[in-house]
Amino acid sequence: MADPATRPTVDQVWDWLADVPDPEIPVVSVSDLGIVREVRWDGDTLVVAVTPTYSGCPATAVIDMTIESHLREQGIGRLRLERRLSPPWTTDWITPAARDKLRAYGIAPPVDGTAAAGAAAGRAARLSGQGLSVACPRCGSADTERVSQFGSTPCKASYRCRDCLEPFDYFKCH
Amino acid sequence: MPSLPDMTTPDVMALARDAAASQPHDPHLQDVDLKPAFFDWLCRMGDNTAILGHRISEWCGHGPVLEEDIALANTALDLIGHTQMWLGLAAEVEDAGRTADDLAFLRDAMKYRNVQLVELPNRDMAHTLMREFLFDAWHVEMLTALLQSGSPRVAEIAAKALKEVGYHVERSSDLVVRLGDGTDESHARMQDALDRLWPYAGELFLGDGVDAAVAKAGIAPAPGDLRAAWERTVDAVLDEATLRKPEGRFDVHRGGKQGRHTEHLGFILAEMQFLQRAYPGASW
Repeated sequence: MADPATRPTVDQVWDWLADVPDPEIPVVSVSDLGIVREVRWDGDTLVVAVTPTYSGCPATAVIDMTIESHLREQGIGRLRLERRLSPPWTTDWITPAARDKLRAYGIAPPVDGTAAAGAAAGRAARLSGQGLSVACPRCGSADTERVSQFGSTPCKASYRCRDCLEPFDYFKCH
Repeated sequence: MPSLPDMTTPDVMALARDAAASQPHDPHLQDVDLKPAFFDWLCRMGDNTAILGHRISEWCGHGPVLEEDIALANTALDLIGHTQMWLGLAAEVEDAGRTADDLAFLRDAMKYRNVQLVELPNRDMAHTLMREFLFDAWHVEMLTALLQSGSPRVAEIAAKALKEVGYHVERSSDLVVRLGDGTDESHARMQDALDRLWPYAGELFLGDGVDAAVAKAGIAPAPGDLRAAWERTVDAVLDEATLRKPEGRFDVHRGGKQGRHTEHLGFILAEMQFLQRAYPGASW
């Protein structure tokens, strides 16, 4: 494995990572989510840099473990996982294909550029009715309402569709 | 808070060294003169989020409605995630072989550097939310200022945490308004919470030698510099919430940043640290 002539290429490793599912949302892979930031060889050690989604997300350790076990199954012997904080992960990195997969799975994908500003201005905008519109992943209706800014996992908010009346998760912007 | 390295390999220190080697270069980490103040300041950041995160997590399974229970648990989780980053960097700066877990689970109350505001009991939802709002409004200003930190390691933690704290302050300010400008009962409880917590809020803006040293090194703002922006947010939200800002001094209770705490911190640590004290080195 350590022999540069026989070890897998970086592209090959990326292909493998495209099959590693997110533990909470198994329809998307870790590479779909954009959390694998770099794959490189450091001598005879494969280095995979991973960035956390939410800083306290309990899935982070499971994601690391899943990546490690998946690559070990492919015969990677020497492996090092690096945690990379900067630049911080953003939902903008979720691929277009993954957004379709999320929607088909029943999770409304993030509306880019709508992360909480943390400023009073954002609240004022919402109170005056300029809130963001999230389409229902089930029926497509734009007539939806937010139930809570927080949801079943750190990355999601809870919404409800006023047309088909289904509750659904929204992958909130980060 | 065991991380993957703890679970899969016995040599955590070697992994920590490897991880440190892959981080952006930060000359502040090699500054021997700065080390004591930098370490203390990082503990203050991490201890604030650890203790508030623990307090908020006490609501898990006890929230008044499901959505609030979930929101509180998520907020606590974010804060504990920030704690791992701040105390992880503190351990690296200290360079004495301790980890973030050691700092969180094996320091006694006198070594904790959080402000007293975050260790006070939850009491009721009004106190919980008012305390969180007063803290969130400061947290946003602090992290925003730290984006410009001369320490790239501090700036990257701030950038990560700020994305989450934006959601925290949005929720807490929203609820302060809805409950303050709500029923007679909710209004009275929110006013009571504000009156009781107000004398603790000012500690967030009191500086000492540690703050002066990190400010001089270009790592963090002087605490007092954040006060005007904080007051603007607080005044606007309290006004909308029809709550009356207390007239008394807001910096009566102080000392948490220097390790002088209320009697409540010991009880939190007794619960939080029990496992590591009873079964030293236990991991899962």
